[in-house]
Amino acid sequence: MRITIDGVTTEVDGGTILDAARQMGIDTPTLCYGDTLTPVNACRVCVVELEGARTLVPACSRRVEDGMVVHTDSERVRTSRRMVLELLGSSVDLSTAPDALAYVDRYGAEPARLGTPPAPAPRIDNDLYVRDYSKCILCYKCVEACGVDHQNTFAIAVAGRGFDARISTELDVALPDSACVYCGNCVAVCPTGALMGKTEFDLREAGNWREEEQAQVDTVCPYCGVGCTLTLHVQDDAIVKVTSPDDHDVTRGNLCIKGRFGYRYAQNR
Amino acid sequence: MPDLKLLDAEPTEAEREAIDAVVGAEPAGSDRVVRSRPRRHLLLPALRAAQRRVGWVTAGALGYASRRLEIPPADAYGVATFYALISLEERPAEVLHVCTDLSCALKGAVVPEGAVPSPCLGLCELAPASLRTIAGERPREIQIPEERLPVHGDKLLRRIATGEPYGELRALARARELGPEAVIAAVKASPLLGRGGAAFPTGLKWEAVARQPVKPHFLVCNADESEPGTFKDRVIMEQDPFALVEAMAIAMFATGCEKGYVYIRAEYPLAQRRVQDAIDAVGIDVELRIGAGAYVCGEETALFQSIEGHRGEPRNKPPFPVEAGLFGKPTVVNNVETLVNIPHILLGEDGRDTRLFCVSGDVARPGLYELELGTPLSQLLDTAGAEPAKAVLLGGAAGSFLRPDQLDLELSFEAARAAGVTLGSGVVIVFGEDADLVSAVLRIAAFFREESCGQCVPCRVGTVRQEEALHRLASGAANGDERAVLADLTQVMRDASICGLGQTAANAVASAIENLGVLA
Ligand SMILES: Cc1cc2nc3c(=O)[nH]c(=O)nc-3n(C[C@H](O)[C@H](O)[C@H](O)COP(=O)(O)O)c2cc1C
Ligand code: SF4
Ligand code: SF4
Ligand code: FES
Ligand code: FES
Repeated sequence: MRITIDGVTTEVDGGTILDAARQMGIDTPTLCYGDTLTPVNACRVCVVELEGARTLVPACSRRVEDGMVVHTDSERVRTSRRMVLELLGSSVDLSTAPDALAYVDRYGAEPARLGTPPAPAPRIDNDLYVRDYSKCILCYKCVEACGVDHQNTFAIAVAGRGFDARISTELDVALPDSACVYCGNCVAVCPTGALMGKTEFDLREAGNWREEEQAQVDTVCPYCGVGCTLTLHVQDDAIVKVTSPDDHDVTRGNLCIKGRFGYRYAQNR
Repeated sequence: MPDLKLLDAEPTEAEREAIDAVVGAEPAGSDRVVRSRPRRHLLLPALRAAQRRVGWVTAGALGYASRRLEIPPADAYGVATFYALISLEERPAEVLHVCTDLSCALKGAVVPEGAVPSPCLGLCELAPASLRTIAGERPREIQIPEERLPVHGDKLLRRIATGEPYGELRALARARELGPEAVIAAVKASPLLGRGGAAFPTGLKWEAVARQPVKPHFLVCNADESEPGTFKDRVIMEQDPFALVEAMAIAMFATGCEKGYVYIRAEYPLAQRRVQDAIDAVGIDVELRIGAGAYVCGEETALFQSIEGHRGEPRNKPPFPVEAGLFGKPTVVNNVETLVNIPHILLGEDGRDTRLFCVSGDVARPGLYELELGTPLSQLLDTAGAEPAKAVLLGGAAGSFLRPDQLDLELSFEAARAAGVTLGSGVVIVFGEDADLVSAVLRIAAFFREESCGQCVPCRVGTVRQEEALHRLASGAANGDERAVLADLTQVMRDASICGLGQTAANAVASAIENLGVLA
């Protein structure tokens, strides 16, 4: 199939406009899209102009059709992307969302003219991770990770409607009363820090989270025989976070409670 | 710590009975049922049944419904909280829902203490209107007022206007003589365009589904009618339900649909009863599904999600319903008014292309008017006895405001398009000299904010910011940036929203500002 993006025509075999753009080295912003998750195309920051279409289309989920002509940096595209970022920045605390902040800069968005985001509202109801929905952009990634895409636990879902829509357990019960198994796979996919490991949360509160100094060390999880790869994030000789590579063919970025959060023993020397 | 696990909250006997009546009795001796096929689609009917029994959805009822249908409780909670008419908070068995929308506001609607305000109830010609819901052993819903007005029309509305009973299903017999292909050819040869708002050629839609090798095919009749100012489908279903059911039978025959659904909004109890009776009398495989208070569920893919037991969040298109619609199968979705045109096409006795217009507001004779396409709006306003108008809202909340000097507009798809307006769902609301247009604009903005599903950023946040900017302008608290903000919001909502709700949420507001100079 042939597709023309920003004046350059290329040959692709299927996939989405985003895939084609990436193949051509065009950097397209995404927030709700995740390589390991079903696209929900809800954030709309990836929209592009498709000739012949009435509206813009989401690059992350629109499949390539032969002969498509696409513009990724037209005035129309830039305006919509800037407005999506202003809308998000005016309603969500983006302070721990590095990608979103970078896009705000890139598109010259001025969220303040639309409103001010809510104050932090961390909910600490367990020892392993913290939820602060004042930072949530409703990208649905955590719901997908908890549900059919990864964990099949279904502890959380989107509840409410419109501006009142939010991520919630049943009847908003605390996590220990929900079906949550603390795999932390939602924490791993959250792009905004709305879900954050307790260790990271505490260090940030203390003004002591120094990501630029952290070393990342890959190892194999010591607990069971599956052999998941763990990436240990180390600061001041202590493990402060554990992730697994998204491109790992066993984990696809996922872990269980032991691999993700069971690292304290390594420090209790 | 108290045991809050939802599945442990037990339903009352009454709730259990109400839910069992929908999902079937629980097999004795086990609570882990081996399920033969997914039954998630029964969730909304089950929640509705529980609420109609006790007045609201308790934790016990929610937990029981999710257990019986094997739906995670968090997921079921997400569905229940989506719908405005499902209450997860305790409330009395009897609730009065009072319409505060455009036409009722023009007629001085007031919300008495203890009542809940409601968006348009589809009784605009009888404004001010309300709906009383009564839960209990004999649950019922009562539309207020209960009287009905005469209709004006002599093709689609002829039987209603004359009171003539429905005779034999001649058009269905004719369809069977012709065979599916000839029926589709006849519909394609007719000028029929969808009446639900998007004006898509019905014949093409039918043909696309008929050709799909994937089976089964489904027919969905969209009777969610929630566009403020619209009541045409209700009048047809209440007073000529056989016309709709016969048309559905023909559509299913022509497009090879195994089963049909008709999705009627919850606020239309009389229409629900009449259509169910007609389905039973004709004996076709059509299931009645009832909404739960969500305008967005009129959007075809949100409607599928709702029938399937999910939150009514529109899907991204493509794929289009003709390819992957209800339960992922090829689906014909048509509006009620679109469908009732079909028998006339097959019988070929009256070739006029007519459309229904819902006239309300400051007029002497509000009601439903059937007009040949191309009739000037001014003629309709004269017939309905409109007061000298300050403005007319054409097409509903997603439509546009016209000035007094624009009322000679021809009512046709082409003329509307050329004038940059839309006939939408046939709404004509007249705002007389004393009408408060600022309130009307603020009401429209609030409507979209309340009805946004919340899925995509442009609409979820954009409708809030639009309403805020309008309130600043209306209250004299403007900061000078409002016009620029509104223009930017209009563009991002139109261009980047997933569905038609967000894409049109700025239309009427922008037309009021640009065309009428309201809040300008
Ligand atoms: C927000 C929204 C609400 C809608 N509500 C309705 C409705 O209540 N009834 C309807 O027939 N179509 C409604 N539509 C249009 C449907 O998506 C669809 O186009 C229509 O049902 C197709 O039938 P038709 O071709 O017969 O018009 C709505 C669309 C949107 C975007
Ligand atoms: S909590 Fe994080 S992952 Fe979940 S929806 Fe919000 S931003 Fe997305
Ligand atoms: S445009 Fe509005 S209603 Fe439509 S999908 Fe987006 S948020 Fe939902
Ligand atoms: S990344 Fe495409 S819509 Fe969010
Ligand atoms: S019923 Fe009140 S505006 Fe339609």
